[in-house]
Amino acid sequence: MFWQNIHCSICIGKNKGEGSKVFVYFLKRLVQSIIVLLFVVTATFLLMRIAPGSPFAAERKIPAKVEAALMKKYNLDGSLVDQYTSYLANLLKGNFGDSLKYEGRTVLEILAQAFPKSALVGGFSLVIALLLGIVLGSYAAIHHNELLDRLAMLLALLGICLPVFVIAPLLILIFAMQWNFLPVAGWGNLSHIILPVVCLSLPYGAYCARLMRTSMLDVLGQDFIRTAHAKGLSAQVVLYKHALRYAILPLVNYTGPLAAHLFTGSMIIEEIFKVPGMGSFFVNGVLNRDVFLVGGSVIVYCALLLTLNFVVDIINVYLDRRIQLW
Amino acid sequence: MFFRNFIFLIFIFVIGCNQRPAGVDFIFVNGDEPQSLDPAIISGQLDMRMAKALFEGLYTYGPDASIKPGIATHHDLSEDGLTYTFYLRSDATWSNGDKVTAYDFEKSWRRVLEPTTASKYSEIMYFIHNAEAYNKGELFDFKKVGIEALNELTFQVTLHSPAAYFQGLTAFATYLPVHLSTIKKYGDAWIKPEHMVSNGPYLLEDWRIKDRIRLKKNPNYWNAESVKFNRIDALATSSASTAFNLYETGQVDLILDKTMIPGMLMGELSEREDMHSYIYLGTYFFRMNMTRPFLQDSKVRKALALSVDKEKIVNKITRGGEQPARTFCTPGINKYQPPEGLGFDPEAASKLMSEAGYPNGEGFPRISILYNKSELNQQIAVELQAMWKEHLNIDIDLRLQEWATYLRSMDNLDYDIARSSWIGDYVDPNTFLDCFVTGRGNNRTGWSNPRYDALLEQANLNLDPVQRAELLKDAERILVEEDMPIIPVYHVAGKLLYRKNKLGGIQPNVLAEHPLQYLYWKE
Amino acid sequence: MRTKQKRSLRGIYVPAFVLCGILCLAILGPLLTPYGYDEIVAEQFQKPGLDHWFGTDIHGRDLFTRVLLGARISLSVGLAGALISFLIGVTYGLLSGWIGGAVDSAMMRFVDLLYSLPRIVLVIVVIAVFDGKAKLWMDSTSLAQFVPYTRLLLMFLALGMIEWLTMARIIRGQVLRIKALAFVQAAQSMGQNTFGIVFQHLLPNLRGIILVYVTLTIPTVILEESFLSFLGLGIQAPQSSWGTLLSDGAFIINPVKSYWWILAGPAFFMALTLMSLNFLGDALRDYYDPKST
Repeated sequence: MFWQNIHCSICIGKNKGEGSKVFVYFLKRLVQSIIVLLFVVTATFLLMRIAPGSPFAAERKIPAKVEAALMKKYNLDGSLVDQYTSYLANLLKGNFGDSLKYEGRTVLEILAQAFPKSALVGGFSLVIALLLGIVLGSYAAIHHNELLDRLAMLLALLGICLPVFVIAPLLILIFAMQWNFLPVAGWGNLSHIILPVVCLSLPYGAYCARLMRTSMLDVLGQDFIRTAHAKGLSAQVVLYKHALRYAILPLVNYTGPLAAHLFTGSMIIEEIFKVPGMGSFFVNGVLNRDVFLVGGSVIVYCALLLTLNFVVDIINVYLDRRIQLW
Repeated sequence: MFFRNFIFLIFIFVIGCNQRPAGVDFIFVNGDEPQSLDPAIISGQLDMRMAKALFEGLYTYGPDASIKPGIATHHDLSEDGLTYTFYLRSDATWSNGDKVTAYDFEKSWRRVLEPTTASKYSEIMYFIHNAEAYNKGELFDFKKVGIEALNELTFQVTLHSPAAYFQGLTAFATYLPVHLSTIKKYGDAWIKPEHMVSNGPYLLEDWRIKDRIRLKKNPNYWNAESVKFNRIDALATSSASTAFNLYETGQVDLILDKTMIPGMLMGELSEREDMHSYIYLGTYFFRMNMTRPFLQDSKVRKALALSVDKEKIVNKITRGGEQPARTFCTPGINKYQPPEGLGFDPEAASKLMSEAGYPNGEGFPRISILYNKSELNQQIAVELQAMWKEHLNIDIDLRLQEWATYLRSMDNLDYDIARSSWIGDYVDPNTFLDCFVTGRGNNRTGWSNPRYDALLEQANLNLDPVQRAELLKDAERILVEEDMPIIPVYHVAGKLLYRKNKLGGIQPNVLAEHPLQYLYWKE
Repeated sequence: MRTKQKRSLRGIYVPAFVLCGILCLAILGPLLTPYGYDEIVAEQFQKPGLDHWFGTDIHGRDLFTRVLLGARISLSVGLAGALISFLIGVTYGLLSGWIGGAVDSAMMRFVDLLYSLPRIVLVIVVIAVFDGKAKLWMDSTSLAQFVPYTRLLLMFLALGMIEWLTMARIIRGQVLRIKALAFVQAAQSMGQNTFGIVFQHLLPNLRGIILVYVTLTIPTVILEESFLSFLGLGIQAPQSSWGTLLSDGAFIINPVKSYWWILAGPAFFMALTLMSLNFLGDALRDYYDPKST
C-alpha cells in the first residue's frame, strides 16, 4: 500500500543515476531563475521610467538646467535603451546605482542598513504566523464542527477582519499608552519589535490557519488515514506521523511567497512603528520615482522569492515522495 | 517550564522598553528622513534644519529669528546697496582644526553655483552679480561673479541689485560653508558621520537611516560654552501619529515639524498649553489654469474666489491657528502691508457668474480640483467642492494624484484647479511675488501680466523701502484683486509641541527658525 | 447521516444570511437614507443619533450613507478581484499542474515573474497612463457623469492582473499532489480522457481549497484596495470605500480625543463581512466535500 512508502526516509539523489538528474534539475532552475530575474529587472526599470513624473520634482520647481544636470549625473538622460543598458552593465558589476532621493547614498548601502531590520521583524512574524496557522488550523480540523473548531477559527479570523492600519494603532493605544507595557515605536532593543511582529503575523497567521484547516480536513478524510486508524495506531501517531506531513503541503507552498513578502518588510507597519526597514523605502521609492532604489529592492525581493520557491519545491519532494520534479 | 521561560523573556523585554538612550540630553522629531546633509544640495526644511546645526554661515538666526553674527562679526555695505564686505572672526575653526577662512566661503558658494553640482536651491544666490549666468552655464569665468575673498578674513559680495534682506540670506542653508578638501577626498560620501568635517555648534556623530541622526556638541566651536546640550537625537519618522505617540509617552521632548503633529487632533491640541502655533511665511492656495478656455474669463476666476468661505475652512478643517488669506504674501513681513484682496461674498460671486454667461452655473463645464494625497488637502478640496456647488451651482470633481504625477500635471498645466502652497525663503514680499513673474518655474498657471512683471522689476531696483513697498503692493493687487490666477485660502501656521515650563531657548517666529544650539532645560 | 447534513447546512445559513443582508444594504443603499454621500448636511463630528445613525464626519456628512456607499464599492472591488482570481487562477493552475514537465515549469516561472513585479509600480503606471486618456474620452461622450468612476475601473484592471497568482500556485501544488494519487493514476491507466479526469477527479478534490481560497481572496482584495487608497491611488473622494473610511478614521485611535463613531460603523461592517465570508467558505467546504467526516 502506498502510504507505507512514507515511512522510508527520503534523501535526494539516493538512487543510482538520480544524482546527475538532480544536478541537471538544479542547473535548469538556476538558469530559469536568472531569466526571471532579468525579466523582472527589465520590467521594473521600464515601468518606473514610463511612469509619469520626475524623480527630482518638488513643490518648489527646480530649474530645467539643474534637472538636466541631475539626469545626466545619474545616467537618466539618454534614450531609454541607453539608460537600461548602462543600468544593466552596472548591475553586472555589482553596482546597484545611487538613490535619487537620498543623494549621496548608494542603493546597496540603504538596502544593507534596511534589509536586516525588515528581515528580523519578518522572520519572527513568519515563525509566529506559521505556528499560529499550524496549531489553530490542525486544532480546528481535529475538532471539526465542534464548538472548539468555531472558536479556534474565530480567534484566527480576528487577524484578518480589519486592516493593519486600524489594528496597529489599537494595539499601540492599549499596550504602549494605556498599560505602558511596550514602547510605542522605534528601533533599539527586542521590545521594539514585539508589536510590529504581532501586527504583521496576525493576518498571515489567520491565512495559514485557514489553509491548514482545509488541507488537514482533506487529509483526515483520505483512505490511508482511515486505514491507519483501523490498524489501531493511536490518534496522536496518526496525526503527527501521517496526517500533518501531508496536510502541511499547501502551507509549505504558501510559505515561499509569504516569507519573501515578510522579509522585505511592510510599509504600513514600518511607518507606524518607526521600523527603519526596507518596505517603506520601496513604496516611497516608487512614489518618488527613485528608479534604482526600487530596482534594488525588487532584485532583493525577487531573488529571495525564487530561492524560497525552489526550497519549497524541494521540501515538497521531501514531504511527499510521489511528487516528481525531475 | 516553557511558559516560565516565556514570562522571563517578556520581563527582559519590558525592562528595556520606554527607556531613552543613555547620554542623550534631548530628543526631538525632525520629520521625514533627510535627503542629504550637504548644504549645496538640500532643498527641504528639515534637511536645512540639520545642516544649520552642523555648519555655521556668515550670519545665523537666534531663537527669535533675529540675525546674529556667525562666522562674520560684522559687515560694511556700500552706498549703492550693492557691495557687502564681511569681516570674519579669527577664532572659528573646522572640526579637524583647520581655520575657517573667507576662501572657504568663496569655494563653497562657487560650488553651489557650479552647474555640475546641480544644486536645487542655487536660485537663492541669483541676487549676486552674474551668479545666474554662471550657474546656467552662460558665463565660464568665475572672476566675473560677485563673490571674492579679499584675504583670509575679508569676504566681499557684490549684488546685481540692492536687496536689503541679503544679510539674512547669508544665514540660509545654501549659503553655508563646507570643507572642500574633505569633499574632494570622499566625493558624495563626505556627508557620512565618519568623514564629515563641519564648523557649526554640533558634529554629526551617527546617522542611522530612517531612524535617527545623533549630534554631538562641537568642542571647537567658537561659542561652545553657550551650547547647553551635549548630545541631541533627531528622530526621522513620516507618521504624525507615531511622532505624537512618542511625545505623549515622553520619549521625545519636542516636535519641530508642523506636519508631524496630527492634523485631525488640532481642535483638541490647540487648547493645550504645550501646543505653540504661530503664523509664518507660508500660504496655502489654489492655482487656476489660465490656458483652460472657461477659466480665461477673470469674472469666472473672481467668482470662484469670492465663493470660498476661508473663515469656515480655517475654523472647521485646519483648526490650528491658521489665518484666512485674502492675499498671497503673509502679513508680518516688516514694512509691507498687503492689499485688501477678495473676501467671501457669494452674492457678488453668483452675479459675476451670470455676467460671464453662466447664470446659476448653467452651461459651466464639469471641472476638477487636482490635489496630492494628504488628509488636509482632501478635506479642503471636499469643502471647496461643496461651497462651489452651494454658491455657484457648478459640479466639481476631485482628482487625487500621487506626488510625482501631481507635480507633473501642474508643470504641464494638465489641471483645471490645483492645490498648492508656498513657503517663503526670506523675510521679504519678493520671495512670494517673484513666483508669478512671466515664465518662472513656480508660476505653473500660464498666467502672465506685463504690468505685474514691470512693477516687480521697478520695486526691486528701488532703494527707498517705503516706495518699494508701495510698488510691490500694486503688483500684488493685480495678482489677488484684478487677475486672480490664484485663490489664497489661508496663511500657514507653524506648530511646535513642547512643554514650555521645561524647555527654554525656543520660541515661535515668523521664519520658523528654531536653532538647536540655544536649547536648554529650565531649572 | 442526516444530522451531519443538517449541521453543515446550518453553518451555511448564518453567514449567507448576514452576507445577503449586507449585499441588500449595498444595493438599496441610496434608498435607505435621505442624504447624498457627498452632501454636507449637518455640523461636523456629530454623535450617532436619530437623524444620523452613525454620526457625521469632519465635514458634517452622514456617515451611514457613506458606509452604505462604501459597502457598494468595497464589495464590488472584492467580487471583481475574486472573480478574476478564480477564473484565471484555477484554469492556469490546473493546466500547469496537469500538463507538468517543461510546460509546468515555464508556466510557474511566468507566475514567479508576475509575482516579483512590484504591483504598485504596475498600478501607478496603469492609472497614470490611462486615467487622463479615459477622462478625455469620457468627457467627449455622454459618459461625462461617470468620470469619477474611471479610477474604480482602472483599479479592477490593475488588481485583476495580479490577484490570480496565488490561486494558480496553490491549485497547481494540489494538482501535483492529487495527480500522484492512486485513483487518478488508475483512471488514467484505464484510458479515461483528460477532461473526464479533470472534472470527475480533480475538480471535486480541489473544490474545498478553491472555495476557501475564493473567500480569502475577497477580503484580500478589499484590503488591497484600502492600501492603494491609503497611498492616494484608489477610490477618488468624495466617494468612499470601507478602506478609505477606515484609513481616514484611524486617527480617532489616539490618547487625546476619540470620535469613536467615525471608525465604529465601517469597522463593524467590514469585520462582519470578512468574518461571514470566511465562515461561509468553511461551511461550504464541509457541505460539498463528499469525504468530510
